[in-house]
Amino acid sequence: MNKVANRQVICDVLTEKANTDKDIVVLCSDSRGSASMGNFVDAHPDQFVEIGIAEQNIVSIAAGLASCGKKSYVASPACFLSTRSMEQAKVDVAYSNTNVKLIGISGGVSYGALGMTHHSANDIATMASIPNMRVYLPSDRIQTKALFEALLKDNKPAYIRIGRSAVEDIYEEGNVPFVMDQATTVVQGSDLTIIACGEMVKPAQEAAQALIEKNISCRVLDMYCVKPIDKEAVVKAAKETKAIITIEEHTAIGGLGAMVSQIVSSQCPIKVINIALPDAPVIAGNSNEVFAYYGLTKENLIQKALELMA
Amino acid sequence: MENLTAKSFEIRQDILDIIYRAKTGHIGGDFSVCDILIALYYKQMNVSPENINDPNRDRFILSKGHSVEVLYAVLASKGFFPKEDLKTVSQYNSKYIGHPNNKVNGIEMNSGSLGHGLSVSVGMALAGKMNKASYRVYTVMGDGELAEGSVWEGAMAAGHFKLDNLTAVVDRNRLQISGSTEEVMTQDNQDDRWRSFGWYVLHAIGNDINSLNAAFEKAKTIKCKPTVIIADTIKGYGVSFIQNSVPWHHKVPTEEQYTQATQELAQRRDEAL
Repeated sequence: MNKVANRQVICDVLTEKANTDKDIVVLCSDSRGSASMGNFVDAHPDQFVEIGIAEQNIVSIAAGLASCGKKSYVASPACFLSTRSMEQAKVDVAYSNTNVKLIGISGGVSYGALGMTHHSANDIATMASIPNMRVYLPSDRIQTKALFEALLKDNKPAYIRIGRSAVEDIYEEGNVPFVMDQATTVVQGSDLTIIACGEMVKPAQEAAQALIEKNISCRVLDMYCVKPIDKEAVVKAAKETKAIITIEEHTAIGGLGAMVSQIVSSQCPIKVINIALPDAPVIAGNSNEVFAYYGLTKENLIQKALELMA
Repeated sequence: MENLTAKSFEIRQDILDIIYRAKTGHIGGDFSVCDILIALYYKQMNVSPENINDPNRDRFILSKGHSVEVLYAVLASKGFFPKEDLKTVSQYNSKYIGHPNNKVNGIEMNSGSLGHGLSVSVGMALAGKMNKASYRVYTVMGDGELAEGSVWEGAMAAGHFKLDNLTAVVDRNRLQISGSTEEVMTQDNQDDRWRSFGWYVLHAIGNDINSLNAAFEKAKTIKCKPTVIIADTIKGYGVSFIQNSVPWHHKVPTEEQYTQATQELAQRRDEAL
């Protein structure tokens, strides 16, 4: 299994690009360790800014830097970045349209037993609700690299949420079917569709593979671009398959499932089931234990698919 | 040389016209900071319609964004956009809305949520240091705004990074929407606060352009520290019944009051000439 976490890939991409692009600036809020930014700090100390534990400050400072031509990459825990500094993200980044990329590290329930203070189970909802803020949840290290290479080419605001642990590869190195702001079809299928993002793409892929043995052809869409969501892919899935299951490391309120449901209900109504975290503090446990408890698993996906296809 | 004191009363007339026409606005704070903006745009800052895209231009952030009418009036007077545009402030579908918006020529960043401007200015000043650029960054905050915790995050960082290219001004008019700042949340101890965060502290008579210019010039000579100028202002300065009056934070003048204010401003201008 791959042992490279998405955060490490982000550091690698930024470190390499900063060799030639001196406008790249990485900012951390006492988070360089948890963001795996050590290599960047060592390679480009003049392009690194340590702000200390001050998430409101880090976002506004990043915006000020960007307004003067810098390309600001803020790497800070998703739980704080998406709520404590939400107003700074809204006003100084999105509304002022500054070239700031907010990287929410250790997202979702990555921090496990640390509790609700450290979980970001509503960051899609908060960030996606801000006009002019894009939201990305890449699945594996290979897609994360492709996403950041694309983000480096634009000058618009974005929020990117990644998990803490290494995740298994979905794609093959050198063969990433990545088109910016378009869902990636991980598995072709014609009976039903699973739409997933972030760490949930892997169980979706595995569920689809298992469903083949039960004669169910399950499509899997990697909706890493939660906003702007790939409406075309969603509508296509609704037209071409009989039901949709969404799965996300986020509550059902204002997340991927809610967005998919909104599109499907208005454009091509079919049955949609949302698998998500509860609207409550989650139980103590590591990510996989939490996922298992709330059914964010391959097994639950298979069961739901069988129920839908029965 | 242009008489900037006389100019300040002309600008106040423009502000009065904007607010009387729009039936909305923050006249007390506008009149309070008017002389600060005139000192900056007419004397201190290297920014003009001609160099607005020059990376080395000086930057200004109106952190107390609700005083946008004075910013519009000053920018129009400096030719950033036609003065005629002031007639559209806060009108239907206008880009000249009730808080600064960077769709307007001359406005760097959107503001209006208090407590953001200082940190944004820190980022701008930091970029200047990184690029070894010579531009300066200025921001104006209200005294009531200092209750926002984020101000002190920005203050801490500015001191930490020794941003001597950053000058912050506090519009110390001692009034806010609910009454005296000292009743709402005391700010009389702010000198020590700023110093403890690594700032150089200056005071100026906030409605005296010469006093303000002297403070801005002094700030340019301070090395390895950001400077804060605590500008002792009078809220609503320039019109007898508006100044030092809590309700005039955002009151709109009646026709009679508009006429009287216009007469007083003309008289003040003439006295200055």
